Amino acid sequence: MEVVKFEALQDIMETNSEKVEVINFWATWCKPCIAEIPYFQKLHETNDEVRVTLVSLDFADEFQKKVMPFVEKNGISADVILLDNIDYNSWIDKVDPSWSGAIPATLVINHKNGKRKFVEKELEEGEIESIVMELTD
Amino acid sequence: MQALKALALTGILLLSNFGSKENGLGVGDKAADFNLKNVDGKMISLSSNKAAKGYILVFTCNTCPYANMYEQRIIDLHNKYAGQGYPVLAIQPNDTGKSPGDSFENMQARAKEKAYPFPYVIDETQQTTTTYGATNTPQVYVLNKVSDNNFRVEYIGAIDNNSRNASAASKHYVQEAVDSLIAGADVSTKSTKAIGCTIKWSN
Repeated sequence: MEVVKFEALQDIMETNSEKVEVINFWATWCKPCIAEIPYFQKLHETNDEVRVTLVSLDFADEFQKKVMPFVEKNGISADVILLDNIDYNSWIDKVDPSWSGAIPATLVINHKNGKRKFVEKELEEGEIESIVMELTD
Repeated sequence: MQALKALALTGILLLSNFGSKENGLGVGDKAADFNLKNVDGKMISLSSNKAAKGYILVFTCNTCPYANMYEQRIIDLHNKYAGQGYPVLAIQPNDTGKSPGDSFENMQARAKEKAYPFPYVIDETQQTTTTYGATNTPQVYVLNKVSDNNFRVEYIGAIDNNSRNASAASKHYVQEAVDSLIAGADVSTKSTKAIGCTIKWSN
């Protein structure tokens, strides 16, 4: 769990890795985000081929007060980073040009076959598994 | 072959760029009119305010924390620009079944509590939100009057580049857009993106 700049996220998006990268954008204030976090935690626990990164868009000065307690209370063991850059317009398109900026949003990248999928909506139970499957050949 | 590939790639990039607006209005488009109920019970359309030279149309709501953070800034924009012909017109786009905190009664309470100096209308059918292609709250469409009952979209996006702290923002997108229109100049930054809440759509 740490506070990072955009370059750290860019590393995850661009560096070749053996695992399918599942990157979820959320915040403690976002109710639909909180609702789907258990699905990502479950994916993290059950699928070794996947690396889940939960990117918090809470404010950096609230990391200890809001994000850390949330992670502890909910027993989240997937990677959690807080992206500390509120000049949103400078980086949203770099995640995906189709992203309006609304959260929750999720990016899945399989570096091994170059497949990538971005979704801007709250996922139903089982949906993230289907997306991972879709990107695995 | 390389050139063809580059051309195809450019095409894809262009398409994906337009993709975010494929179901809505873009900058330069004629603004769609509407007839929506204000918190005072009156119906509001773009032609309701005869003095308007344009509008700062804001898709916003009661429940989104980002909309709350920008609430005072929206009031300030109205107070600064209404007298110059560019009033705020706020549209609540969320389905009230999905987001009860945004019900008409709750909108009325919020508008009263904060003494909104501008109309706060509800898009009950979500048709206007769909037509504009609004994606999140808060999201601004700056409109400029071209002729009678004919407004053009001049800017789409965020209010400024610091949700946390208005006084720390280094770019004031909406102010810059409206100032340009008042000066009769082109808007230089025509669209921006910001983190916000999803629109709560009915099923």
